[in-house]
Amino acid sequence: MNLVTNNKWIGQRTIRPDGMDKVTGRAQFAADTTMPGMIWGKVLRSPHPHARIRSIDTAKAEALPGVRAVVTSKDIVDFPIEKGAVMLGIQDMRWMCRNVMARDKALFPGHPVAAVAATTEAIAAEACKLIEIDYEVLPWSIEIDDAIKSDAPVLHEFNKFDGKPSNIAGRLEHKKGDISEGFKKADVVIERTFTTRPVHQGYIEPHACLISVAPDGKTTIWSSSQGQFMVRAMTSMLTGIPQSDIRAIPAEIGGGFGGKTIVYLEPLATLLAKKSGRPVKMVMTREEVMRATGPTSGSKSTVKIGATKDGKIVAAHGIFYLQAGAFPGSPIRGAAGCSFTPYDIPNLLSEGFDVCSNRSKVAAYRAPGAPIGAYAVECVMDEVAERLKMDPLDFRLKNAAREGTKAAHGPTFPRIGYVETVEAAKSSPHYAAPLGDGQGRLRGRGVASGFWFNAGGESSAQVNITEDGNVVVTTGHPDIGGSRAGIANICAELLGIDYRRVSVIIGDTQTVGFSNLTGGSRVLFASSMVVTQSTEKIIQTLRERAAKIWEIDPEAVKWEDGAAHPVSPNAGQFEPLTLKELAEKAPAMGGPIGAGVQLNTQGADGGFGTHVCDVEIDVDLGIARVIRYTAVQDVGRAIHPGYVEGQLQGGVAQGIGWALNEEYIYTKEGKVDNPGFLDYRMPVCSDLPMLDCIMVEIPNPKHPQGVKGVGEVPLVPVMAAVANAIYNALGKRFYALPMSPPKVLEVLEAPTQQAAE
Amino acid sequence: MAKVHVTTSINGEPMEFLCEPNDTMLDALRGTLNLTGSKEGCASGDCGACSITLDDRLVCSCLMLAVESEGHEIRTIEGMAQGDKLHPLQQKFLEMAALQCGICTSGMLVASDALLKKNPDPSEEEVRFWLAGNLCRCTGYDKIVRAVMETAAEMRAQ
Repeated sequence: MNLVTNNKWIGQRTIRPDGMDKVTGRAQFAADTTMPGMIWGKVLRSPHPHARIRSIDTAKAEALPGVRAVVTSKDIVDFPIEKGAVMLGIQDMRWMCRNVMARDKALFPGHPVAAVAATTEAIAAEACKLIEIDYEVLPWSIEIDDAIKSDAPVLHEFNKFDGKPSNIAGRLEHKKGDISEGFKKADVVIERTFTTRPVHQGYIEPHACLISVAPDGKTTIWSSSQGQFMVRAMTSMLTGIPQSDIRAIPAEIGGGFGGKTIVYLEPLATLLAKKSGRPVKMVMTREEVMRATGPTSGSKSTVKIGATKDGKIVAAHGIFYLQAGAFPGSPIRGAAGCSFTPYDIPNLLSEGFDVCSNRSKVAAYRAPGAPIGAYAVECVMDEVAERLKMDPLDFRLKNAAREGTKAAHGPTFPRIGYVETVEAAKSSPHYAAPLGDGQGRLRGRGVASGFWFNAGGESSAQVNITEDGNVVVTTGHPDIGGSRAGIANICAELLGIDYRRVSVIIGDTQTVGFSNLTGGSRVLFASSMVVTQSTEKIIQTLRERAAKIWEIDPEAVKWEDGAAHPVSPNAGQFEPLTLKELAEKAPAMGGPIGAGVQLNTQGADGGFGTHVCDVEIDVDLGIARVIRYTAVQDVGRAIHPGYVEGQLQGGVAQGIGWALNEEYIYTKEGKVDNPGFLDYRMPVCSDLPMLDCIMVEIPNPKHPQGVKGVGEVPLVPVMAAVANAIYNALGKRFYALPMSPPKVLEVLEAPTQQAAE
Repeated sequence: MAKVHVTTSINGEPMEFLCEPNDTMLDALRGTLNLTGSKEGCASGDCGACSITLDDRLVCSCLMLAVESEGHEIRTIEGMAQGDKLHPLQQKFLEMAALQCGICTSGMLVASDALLKKNPDPSEEEVRFWLAGNLCRCTGYDKIVRAVMETAAEMRAQ
């Protein structure tokens, strides 16, 4: 394809199209709009981790002055379990309908059981208290070890594993060769078990929506999500309103990281708006976000790796148990499928188990499952390298996946950039620098690698030339981290005009064609494909128009620097016709100039990264701090380097939080005990150093600009890089996250060495 | 509950409004006053997305009652640019990609402005500790810290 070289805008740090609105407070996020006659919705949530709902009496709530509507599960379209899966993307609507509103059972504290709309938020909250629910409280389990016991309380009786009702809702495996034969050839075998805690995506903007339903059923949804089409489809399926009647408008989204790929409030607000005849606004509190949305899985993983004396891995076995929460669907595919993928391992078995338990339904979080698996695998890699007395990067290079390597999850790799990331890490100033004197604090360095599949999928774009000769691009994926800036660069490059003449907007569901979720690191990959093809169609039209004006053959016209030119003096002597001139002449020359393209995009190559981390540990306080960090990643092509670096830095910061502090803590009653930003401790500015990035650019040959997804890979290696650095500093290894001060102190103060060492 | 009448100044303009006695300043700004640039991320003073200044003092507007603005001067993100001229911090955030989703940006800018007014030559450590009350989940803070320091250097040079 037409890989653009000598770029003017691709690779430039241009000003993002939505930037001005965001630095001046103009940008409208989900909670920032109102409608005439708007009222407020509130959700009543279960206080119990597991309870049968015998009855719900809403009479007193409905009688409260100011209350306009009450909904319960009776109002939500049911997807009966026995009728089998009804999939929307990766979500089974049987679980979605039960997640947005509990039906026969409440399955976690925070599970919605009813919703109220009233003229003020205060009245809605008061009405929730008047709803009488008769619960039969049931035994519950949250942690994986508890949920998989043979006598564990089973959340879903219909779910069978090995023929018996079970909380294990699924298993998948990736297999290559024969591990028992492989391990026989190994000189060194190390097997370790690791646990991680549930962590929240931590977006700063709580879920919110504002919805109006007209008497004819025409519905307008204003909400922030990672997919307005997902919002439309799920709301349609859960309310019975046809998709053609639902206009889902994407508000600016205040962070998602995977957590806004499903609906929580929209179906409830739609039903409340329909019943009340008034627009309904719903905004979650931070506590509701923490109790009832996300987080990702807690996990228990056992990883075994065997290598020969000369450093060749001969076999590996991974077993990954991931919490799904209240309904099946934990990201075992990411854990089992990504964790060993940086390596060419002849004998491999990677197994994932999906475990239901009485906590909120898991939501995607940046490379879902992959960071959990990579944490375990990359820590064992570190131990094997140490046992072999090899540099950990040399050990990775020796076993690196390359072009032609067959990955256990299926593909045979095309040209990939993993080796380059390891080499760049090895030759980085960071890896060469001495650790320096910690002045009483212990310092250590660790490395780790990671892989994420990346995705393509459906994408639509419309590119229109305005009457004054500028450009408006409309795409269908919410912009979560700067994708509009990348699209502006590409469109300006192709048209040969200043990027400031290209306006990029995200269309609503009724004005742009179907576009899949902002997820899987697909957005710039997929949308730049459809924008490129649309722009190429426009350039073809512009050439034809110039040819018509000049009365020459369109093939004798070229498009360059924002204007039509004759390809050569032989074609004729004409002054160039600029985009502006051709736009002015458009009405007389065939009409408006614009083009739309819709594709199911293919060819999204996976992404690899290798990270180097230095830590410093205060042995008196048990505080581990990251003092230097370098993230190396094969980014394909950095269309806007500032926002590519931003993805790397943001992923690293989240990983450092996951490694060192973040965790869901539960009370003895099974409730989240830290549902706020004070006690759920995400990294703040003073916790982190500058985060260095090295962007390796191995262009994706299947993409017109060489783009690979970049958003998810940077979270994958982080926890292992931090854990390996802490081991390097202390000589003691942690097998559980987070490595928070109390846990570090516990290890430091333990009288004897760990048995495993 | 009877509403309370409040007379205050917002972004340099005299302002009167009615509020409930228990409304926060953030409720009043985002509700009655329709200034939605200040964001609510937590309502507990932990995220800083609602940062404003009260008589030049940086505060979380979610931790302040609306009635407490009586007779004081409030400044919000909406008052940071002068007409179509951006504040140097706003311009630098744009140039250096110091924002991704943008939900924390209003608070970050208000807080950074308050810092530079107090300390025109902050060290990296001073910037990091001053902004420790403003959560950003997207950027890892790197570009934000750089943008604040670079703006400070340019403002000192002028």
